[in-house]
Amino acid sequence: MSLPSDLKSNFPLLSQTINGHQIVYLDSAASSQKPDVVIETMNHYYRTINANVHRGAYEIAAQATEAMEQARAKLATFIGASSANEIVFTKNATESFNLIARSWGGQNLGPNDVVLISDMEHHANIVPWQILSAEKGFEVRWIPLTPDGHLDLSQLDRLLNGVKMVSVTAMSNVLGTLNPIREIADKAHSVGALMAVDGSQYVPHLPTDVVELGADLLCFTGHKMCGPTGIGVLWGRAELLDAMPPFLGGGEMILDVRRDGFTPNELPHKFEAGTPPIAEIIGLGAAVDFLDSLGMSEVRQHEIDLTNYALRVLNDRYGEEITIHGPSNASERGGVLSIQYRDVHPHDLSQVLDQRGICIRAGHHCAKPLMRELGVGATARASLYVYNDQADIDALAESLAPAGELFAR
Amino acid sequence: MSGLEDLYKEIILDHYRSPRHRGELDSPPAHKTEGFNPLCGDEVLLTFALEDDIIQELLISGQGCSISQASASMMSAAVQGKSVEEVRKLTRQFKAMMSIHEESIGAEDPPSEDDKPFELGDLEALKGVVKFPVRIKCATLSWNTLLTGLDELEV
Ligand SMILES: Cc1ncc(COP(=O)(O)O)c(C=O)c1O
Repeated sequence: MSLPSDLKSNFPLLSQTINGHQIVYLDSAASSQKPDVVIETMNHYYRTINANVHRGAYEIAAQATEAMEQARAKLATFIGASSANEIVFTKNATESFNLIARSWGGQNLGPNDVVLISDMEHHANIVPWQILSAEKGFEVRWIPLTPDGHLDLSQLDRLLNGVKMVSVTAMSNVLGTLNPIREIADKAHSVGALMAVDGSQYVPHLPTDVVELGADLLCFTGHKMCGPTGIGVLWGRAELLDAMPPFLGGGEMILDVRRDGFTPNELPHKFEAGTPPIAEIIGLGAAVDFLDSLGMSEVRQHEIDLTNYALRVLNDRYGEEITIHGPSNASERGGVLSIQYRDVHPHDLSQVLDQRGICIRAGHHCAKPLMRELGVGATARASLYVYNDQADIDALAESLAPAGELFAR
Repeated sequence: MSGLEDLYKEIILDHYRSPRHRGELDSPPAHKTEGFNPLCGDEVLLTFALEDDIIQELLISGQGCSISQASASMMSAAVQGKSVEEVRKLTRQFKAMMSIHEESIGAEDPPSEDDKPFELGDLEALKGVVKFPVRIKCATLSWNTLLTGLDELEV
């Protein structure tokens, strides 16, 4: 089975023209487009059952609560969690990491401890640790890269010395590299460390099972998986989340408040202070249904096929003139293509492509330590998702040469 | 939406392909200032020699897109041999040209009443950048870096 060929028609934004060209959207690693059903589900919520959740006894409040909790259950199933109570809603993956660092890290990290991350992390999985480390004095240690864009795990045993938490991305948002999370998790567990995983680029694109991954904690973000912005997820094993102190304080997250203190609520509400983004949660539930209807194995296969096509077309046409960072084998990577074309600066390349309605991203992609390792200030990144097809790749390939004529030195 | 030719004028491409005053002076004695555009990773490194309030020589290194490189190159050509006061005035005028409405409201250093109208010469070619708001920071990077450098020297 493969994905339906008319999938683009489910995404209203993709029928637009930009600068006189049909839009070619190649920036899903930054944020994906939304299918009609997600937009309509959120509309429907506001038009028919909008009410605050959890406290109202009246009909629409009950329906809103029910819809939100159904979405939680869908997410749990989607990633193979054993209970919906292990799904904590946050604002985005960034907040999920801040939650882990503040709550778990605040309780468990001190001067002689180490948190092990990697050279290909997004700032969301770097800076929260650095902020906390400045207070608590633990070490943030880095797994280096191999020249072909994999994690260099040859020294992992040595690097794990003194480590209490390993926090690594399942897929790089710059190189596309898929990391051997299970292998790293097993080693982490063997020294008594926890394994946190950045699933921001993984969960939207591959079948995900937290048990198979060997993860203790998983962070991901709704807007990269056909869902709305403003909604992210932290999954954690129930015993672990239970033992962690609350993150933000306020309404919803308490069972009782007295003058002399408070009693935190049970999972998952303990970590969900204040009125949640109800429409966004329900919208994300619709996105999960949408992805389920496509089948995540089919999604993955589609992206392998299209990544292979892109690598072949770009390399055949441009040969020595083009460098595509990261693994050269599509089975080891996702559909994220960081391109260096001649000496054209990524900003200039994306500007020229924009004139043809092609959306790619130029910049450091919130991964500055990785940029330094690659020895570049920025890359031009084209990234793929369910709605992309060979015609999108062809449009990209066609447009590099004219940019080269203008800018190559 | 404007066409690319508004942005990438021939003179801009010329400065990009053959940048003027590239390199680094020994510092000290020269003063050295670095600027970054956190959005796109562009970096500029200025070294300049100041004597009697005159910029005797200014060299540029770093990396960036055509707009940031061309703007830096044009700036380097424009400020050699000029007094600090003249340079500050030129910078004000350049930044005024680069400011879209929202930015000019909050501008810390607006052009003063007696700044004469533009005498920007080649720099006027960068005017088209204003139509591409995300690129404005590329064009102003080297100028802001120079201002920082002058401020550091308290001149
Ligand atoms: C690998 C990775 N981690 C974390 C994030 C952060 O996601 P968000 O900005 O939605 O918190 C992103 C996306 O920008 C990402 O690509």
